[in-house]
Amino acid sequence: MKKWLKKVFALAIGGTSLVWSGLAQAVEIEYWQYTYGSRVEAIDKLIESFEAANPGITVKHTHFPYADYRKKVAIAVSAGDGPDVVQLYYGWLNDYREGGLIQPLSSSAFPHAKIEEEFFPMVGTMKVDGNYWGLPTAVRSLALFWNKDLFAEAGLSGPPETLDEMVEFAKKLTKKDANGNYLTVGFAVDTDGQDHHWWREVLIRLYGGQPYSDDGKTVAYTTEAGAKALKFITDFEATHKVGSNGFMNRGQDAFAAGQAGMVLDGSFRISKFAKTEGLNFAISELPGHDGNRFNFSSYWVNGISSKADGEKKAAAEKFLQHITSDEAMQLWLDTVGELPAKPAVALVDANKAHPLYGPFIRGLSYANATAFVSEKPQRQSLIDAYDMVVLQGADPMAALKKVAKAEQEVFDEFFGD
Amino acid sequence: MANFWNKFTIKQKLAITAWLFLAVPLVFYITIRFYPTFEAFYVSTLKWNLLGAKKAIGMKNYIKIFADEDFWLVLWNTIKYALVGVPVSMLIAFVIAYWLNEIDFGHDFIRAMYFIPFLTTAVAMAWVWRWFYQPLPIGYFNTMLSWFGIPQQPFLRSVTQGLYSIMAPAVWAGLGFQIVIFIAGIRAIPRSYFEAAEIDGAGRRQILREITLPALKPTIIFLTVVSTIGFLRIFDQVYTMSADSAGGPLNSTKPLVLMIYEFAFDEFKLGRASALTVILFLILLVVSLVQLWLMRKQK
Repeated sequence: MKKWLKKVFALAIGGTSLVWSGLAQAVEIEYWQYTYGSRVEAIDKLIESFEAANPGITVKHTHFPYADYRKKVAIAVSAGDGPDVVQLYYGWLNDYREGGLIQPLSSSAFPHAKIEEEFFPMVGTMKVDGNYWGLPTAVRSLALFWNKDLFAEAGLSGPPETLDEMVEFAKKLTKKDANGNYLTVGFAVDTDGQDHHWWREVLIRLYGGQPYSDDGKTVAYTTEAGAKALKFITDFEATHKVGSNGFMNRGQDAFAAGQAGMVLDGSFRISKFAKTEGLNFAISELPGHDGNRFNFSSYWVNGISSKADGEKKAAAEKFLQHITSDEAMQLWLDTVGELPAKPAVALVDANKAHPLYGPFIRGLSYANATAFVSEKPQRQSLIDAYDMVVLQGADPMAALKKVAKAEQEVFDEFFGD
Repeated sequence: MANFWNKFTIKQKLAITAWLFLAVPLVFYITIRFYPTFEAFYVSTLKWNLLGAKKAIGMKNYIKIFADEDFWLVLWNTIKYALVGVPVSMLIAFVIAYWLNEIDFGHDFIRAMYFIPFLTTAVAMAWVWRWFYQPLPIGYFNTMLSWFGIPQQPFLRSVTQGLYSIMAPAVWAGLGFQIVIFIAGIRAIPRSYFEAAEIDGAGRRQILREITLPALKPTIIFLTVVSTIGFLRIFDQVYTMSADSAGGPLNSTKPLVLMIYEFAFDEFKLGRASALTVILFLILLVVSLVQLWLMRKQK
């Protein structure tokens, strides 16, 4: 071969390898979540600080409407496409894990002892088959939102502390026209909203029962406690006539319109109500019963998708560490209004005493997270039981037995094979 | 090349050219329509969550479906949508078309007004109707009822009224199409029939019964089949109007297609969803075959 030709070859090979090494250094990973203004903003801020600290890694942030979220993730990942780090609702974990959408977090990057020491205990639901599958940036709990103006009008000075007080207050707050139609509901019951969580993790426990067996494989609410809890929640509409499921379309809409005295919701609703002009509201912890209090907590986690491997996986782990750091959690609270997932960040005095977040954060210390097998059909249990009692006049226990059978089938199918 | 082409007769050339043009839609239909249809038969024998491995389980999906109380309720709902929706919508459409055909003043305008809902997005329309049905103080229908001192109706929040409340906008949306087809059918009847009947002294009713309706038989069969298939496939309205898109309360408004959707895209049970699709396919096939048979008798 002629000398000059050799030179050209050498140059070409050298050039190519230079380009290759340049590419290898610049790893791009993709992050997916659903579109929600403040969440998008928070992740954008976190990506900015992450890229500044990790030159050579870029994060592409993709988000789309919640309605399509699950479908798109499932289809993209199974086609070998889509995100490296993905946000998912903790109740979907089993679906995602079974579907092979996410991989377990490596214990070298995320030591189990450290997770268990730092995070709230409910994050334990993320540990399945000896592995952690995702970590939250933030957690949520429930609290009671109450309309200060309506309370003052009804001569009430503060929020209800017990379930009995809640019913009594709701009666005082309800306003009807001459024909008995609601103008203002005392309590905006809304089974499509958060009320099924309230029934499952709060009311049943307040009456001394538990929703599921300890191993989470059997429905355990067909007891006196379960029936009492169902009766309590259906009585608002059926007996006391102080609320109507679906009044003003949704409980949150009724409350925002100033036509509901009380509504139960998560901390993520604060920003909506705060932006509603003329709505003068306060937040308090969920009412207790017999000196006990319970709460429900839920969270979104970030998992590493099954498609990430090699340097992308390493970059994904780094990014996951970044967005579950203490700083990220405080940023998330300040930007999104969701509560930090670590007690060390959440339970500082400034947060605990916060007039809006405080009741939620205090609720975290006595909260349980449901280990859902599949959230949607399980949520349907309360929706259906409620309708059987309110629309068809069924006995609470009979209604519970019916929905328990359907829900048990969901469990059996999942744990069966 | 030219030599090769010239070997064919003109007739053969025409056939080849025709097939070349037909090939495009044919390929489209085979790959986009027929292949997935047959694939659904295969998937209906699997346990498959879209992501994991496919597991052949034979007829188990069908056995599960037939043992499921909800399936029978949902099937009955689906039949109710068609059984009530089709005659009601056809009767209203015919009455309107019949009288609309009699008038000249404002004919086009009124016809256009009836046709607009047919062009409107079902989801947007269903949302508006959902708000119409709300209880006081925001619901339009309940506000109207209260003017006349009639008690509030639960509409969508009722196991007995829910299905018909959802059917109403579906009927309304389909009216425009049916009216246009009916008017076209009426206008296609030769004027001489009517003139002859009038000369013989037939009354309006008699003409309607003896000439108009019998002459409209092909139109009526066509509309019956098209709207039956339409009502059996109802989805958008139920998905939009029922709380949480669940076909409630207590599944009382859930049609087959919504059940398929839930199995496929909420629970990712693709096998079960495909089995339901096959069942729906067979139902629609029977409806179509009955139509073909009825049309053949016409000739």
